[in-house]
Amino acid sequence: MDRVLALSWQHLSLSVIGVALAAAGGIPLGILLTRYRWLAKPVMAATEVIQTIPSLAMLALLMMLFGLGDTTLVVSLFLYSLLPIVRNTYTGLLGVEPGLLEAGKGMGMTRSQLIWLVQVPIALPVILAGLRVALVTAIGIATIGVLIGAGGLGTLIWRGIQTRNNTMVLMGAVPAALLAILTDAGLALLEQALVPRGLKKKAVSAL
Amino acid sequence: MPWLPWYGEMKQVLSWTEFLAARGSSILSATGEHLLLSLGAVLLGTLIAVPLGILLARHEQVASVVLGISGTIQTIPSLAFFGFVLPFLGIGVVPAMTVLFLYSILPILRNTYTGIREVSPAYLEAGVGMGMNRRQLLTWIQFPLAFPVIMSGIRVSTVYIISWATLSALIGAGGLGDPILAGIHTYDAKLIIAGALPAAMLALLASWSLGLVERAVTPRGLRQR
Repeated sequence: MDRVLALSWQHLSLSVIGVALAAAGGIPLGILLTRYRWLAKPVMAATEVIQTIPSLAMLALLMMLFGLGDTTLVVSLFLYSLLPIVRNTYTGLLGVEPGLLEAGKGMGMTRSQLIWLVQVPIALPVILAGLRVALVTAIGIATIGVLIGAGGLGTLIWRGIQTRNNTMVLMGAVPAALLAILTDAGLALLEQALVPRGLKKKAVSAL
Repeated sequence: MPWLPWYGEMKQVLSWTEFLAARGSSILSATGEHLLLSLGAVLLGTLIAVPLGILLARHEQVASVVLGISGTIQTIPSLAFFGFVLPFLGIGVVPAMTVLFLYSILPILRNTYTGIREVSPAYLEAGVGMGMNRRQLLTWIQFPLAFPVIMSGIRVSTVYIISWATLSALIGAGGLGDPILAGIHTYDAKLIIAGALPAAMLALLASWSLGLVERAVTPRGLRQR
């Protein structure tokens, strides 16, 4: 049982680190894309291509560069989290009603103030939806990290499959599934809670 | 003859040709298996999800429950899911296709449901005014107008399934995951690339070609992108 908890924690941390790195890079990138619109199309195309590459293939290819182990997993989680985060940041920021932007400008806000005081707070649910999708996907991908020597609940599942030990498989699979489901539900609640009172509309997931 | 220009490169090319000569046919058959697995799953998924989505479009409460359940299924990590069906369905193509089929349902179901529901009431009124009954409304107005959205769901589903079908090698169902895994185990870069590259290309090809289909079926008046 402790093993399961330890592995679950490891699983979660790896996923969170990957997504956090992607957020640290992706959210500013998304904001940047609203300023330099012409960059949006190539960046989106690039992240879409990355997204389409099957995860096992990506992990294997990265393994050749970074070796076995957790690092490779985190790098691939970072890459896979980029699309949801960047796209949602970009779409969310652009989705702010122009009227509100004008009001801000009328109050004398500079462009950065507009971004940080008006657009980001309003776009927050959408950005969070992107983070949610990224984290849930990351938890899913982290499950196969075991194949390239990373840790996490995949180790239990994989070893269980190999030794035909169904109990072990379930001891890995059930927590993994729960982790994903609970994270999804939890972040969805957070999304709803963060919508500014004046804008209570359903949080939109851009995926 | 290391003094020959491009000796190193020629050796590389030769070792690749050796590799392809020896392994080429197995890679091809793995690609075929992969395609069959993925397309089969998506086809089954479409056959179930599209009618189901159309049905649900009329019953909102049931719809939210069903969509919720399939949403939850979607969240389950693939390896975990394969693990779940293992005790019941064993290893091989059957459990692999079952899991992939279940995964393919949500995107198609959700898009069908949303697509049908978002047909503007004005069009429906026009149809009713022309004397259409419910089935005619569906066939002539709702379905054609919802088709681009449905197609988009099928595209997302296909790419997703092609991607996760790589894992079916883990439970003995073949596919391009086999060379990738073999390559990982023997730390053989060529094997990995031989599996990873076709897998990636299959996914990209599917995404691109189904994207074209999507755009082709979108009536000109509704083209947004």
